[in-house]
Amino acid sequence: MPQVIRSPKTYDVCVIGSGAGGGMAAKILTEGGLSVALLEAGPPVNPEKDFKMFTWPYELPHRGVGVGGHAAENFGEFLAPNGAWTIEGEPYTSAPGANFQWFRSRIVGGRTNHWGRIALRFAPIDFRSYTRDGLGADWPISYEDLAPYYDKVESYIGVFGTKENVSSAPDGVFLPPPKPRCTELIVKKACDRLKIICIPSRLAILTRSVNGRQPCHYCGQCGRGCITGSNFSSSQVLIPPAMQTGKLTLITGAMAREVLVGKDGKAVGVSYIDKATRTEKRISARAVVLAASACESARLLLNSKSAQFPDGLANSSGTAGRYLTDSVGSDGWGVFPQLEKMPPHNHDGTGGMHMYMPWWKFDRTNDFPRGYHIEFGGGREMPGVGMFDHLCNHEEGYGLGLKQKARKVYGTTIGFAGRGEMVPNPDTYCEIDSDKVDRWGIPVLRFHFKWSEYELRQAKDMQEMFRAIVEMAGGQYMTKTDIDGQYPYGIREGGKIIHEVGTARMGADPKTSVLNGYCQAHDVKNIFIMDGAPLVTNPDKNPTLTIMALAWRASEYLLDEAKKGNL
Amino acid sequence: MATQGVTRRDILKSLAIGAVAGSVLQIIPAEAAEYVHQVVRKEKDASPGGKYAPKYFSARQYEMLTSLCDSIIPKDDRSGGAVEAGAPEFIDLLTSENEEYQLKLGGGLFWLDSFCTDRYDKAYLECAPEQRKEVLELIAYRKNAKQDPTLSQGVAFFAFLRQLTCDGFYTSKIGITDLQYIGNTSLREFPGCPPPTEA
Repeated sequence: MPQVIRSPKTYDVCVIGSGAGGGMAAKILTEGGLSVALLEAGPPVNPEKDFKMFTWPYELPHRGVGVGGHAAENFGEFLAPNGAWTIEGEPYTSAPGANFQWFRSRIVGGRTNHWGRIALRFAPIDFRSYTRDGLGADWPISYEDLAPYYDKVESYIGVFGTKENVSSAPDGVFLPPPKPRCTELIVKKACDRLKIICIPSRLAILTRSVNGRQPCHYCGQCGRGCITGSNFSSSQVLIPPAMQTGKLTLITGAMAREVLVGKDGKAVGVSYIDKATRTEKRISARAVVLAASACESARLLLNSKSAQFPDGLANSSGTAGRYLTDSVGSDGWGVFPQLEKMPPHNHDGTGGMHMYMPWWKFDRTNDFPRGYHIEFGGGREMPGVGMFDHLCNHEEGYGLGLKQKARKVYGTTIGFAGRGEMVPNPDTYCEIDSDKVDRWGIPVLRFHFKWSEYELRQAKDMQEMFRAIVEMAGGQYMTKTDIDGQYPYGIREGGKIIHEVGTARMGADPKTSVLNGYCQAHDVKNIFIMDGAPLVTNPDKNPTLTIMALAWRASEYLLDEAKKGNL
Repeated sequence: MATQGVTRRDILKSLAIGAVAGSVLQIIPAEAAEYVHQVVRKEKDASPGGKYAPKYFSARQYEMLTSLCDSIIPKDDRSGGAVEAGAPEFIDLLTSENEEYQLKLGGGLFWLDSFCTDRYDKAYLECAPEQRKEVLELIAYRKNAKQDPTLSQGVAFFAFLRQLTCDGFYTSKIGITDLQYIGNTSLREFPGCPPPTEA
């Protein structure tokens, strides 16, 4: 057994994970004067070399689908996650029938390198859902507590949008939005007639220069990572200022195994595997911030067992790993003949949608709780593998006829994606699999996942609304879904929307929650969790902006407590 | 319209934000892809006449594959076809790395030759153009397999190859130009939607 190597230095804080939450913690804590060791399980990122901005499909021999075409199901070659739903040597398991899909991104910046940049605030009601409908739990903090931090995050990272005064989608600090695309004008017109709210989207992409970062150049490829840093990523926007303080030590290839605890029941550091040398190393720190992603942080707590904490660290409530949710996702698409008349033109725009539909049925009774928003896109996008699958399968044939049909249908389709709120249920959680370890010897997670009737009814509503919008716009709705089977109403597998949160939720009562309102563990005062794990609800707003606002607020609290000598 | 011809080099030069200092990534697929790209180019250069040497298919099978790709997307007065666009190379490369493709395509080519031998006493490539057309008309439509179940394997094979040929063609420079895609470039402002044309 090789010797465990201990760091000679004791850091003020050890942060595990360099994504949205960990990057924010590193920035705020180092700027506040603390020394921080930042552990990242993946390699560093070099945007100029690694990001495939402006790469044509034919510049890659596999045209974007990877060796043997296998990358097609695992996010493709163009995007920049360095990971996806499967990572060699780092498995997870699912209970029978669960089939949860766990997305991991092993790279400095984590998922923020490729994410959709959708930056939506939670609404005041999202913090008090239990009070309204009796389901789930209320947050221990309110919208008013978090609003100043939403302001700070938006001002710092840059988010475009418009003031709309829609109660389900609070306004923020916005840069001007880009002009709508042809596809968006068509959908907007149909939505107006259906009284569906359709407004400029809110994306963390710069339409004006912010803090010396260049504005967007409208290549439409944000998911590949942006070489000019014109959209937000932790690796380009949070880590560099933390580095500049001289207080940050970034350790890559560091797979955290366990949080170490002293005799007084406080965290004293972190044990990790150095992937390059395959040795175990230890970092000493006065406080530990887990920001490894919701499920990875829960895994760390559950794997950090000791005589004092037999059920896992900071888990006297038994809720670590519980209350797991992902967004409800159901998709559909339509063909719009009027788009055939559009002349060839540059349709790229920013990465992602310029307009979207926030939840609009908040003022009426629906047959499911909570709500969803609709994202949409299509038109004259850069061609890629799979673009003509439907044409091939539907029209069949071959020869000049096929070629001419492809010219006719290119750019005439629009896809719709409903993204809604799942209510936590007792059948959905993660735990340690008692039989299996990963290649680093760390026990892996086992997932339990089940959609309830609430989510299925929501997916049904999404499908009905997609059809209504497409038909109102004069298009033909193409998606057919089944009522039964594995994917009722087209609902996606749990984890596929990549909004998994809630596995170490905050709460006022230490008996039913892991953290307090400052993301601080009830049981161990020098442990904080600053990723998606603290989220009490998972409303139809993508979680990243809220993760950053919570992390900023928690980091300020941590700084304050450190000054008072309370850690 | 405020467009500006900014090159990739210009953008790299004007980087305002420094990346995290550190070593070069070794796991990201681009590295592997670029490596393979170089290998393919070298092999192409090394073989006589710059001709692609197939990695998986035999010379004879590759000739069949090329012929079928050409039938699926031929050249016309507007653009080249699937063969000029490199679809056979793309399909051969993926097939060399994927056992499922090897079964579907390698097996499919055998099926096609056997079918032609039964029907015309000749392998596919030896068939007259009108005989090949007759076969393609049979296996290019699912409804034919419903009427004649002996066609079903051929129909499945052709459907798979048609999809891969489209993938290869429409991710090539020729295919992307054929669709008149405009973009993948740097703009100062996004111009929005132009007025429609009456065609």
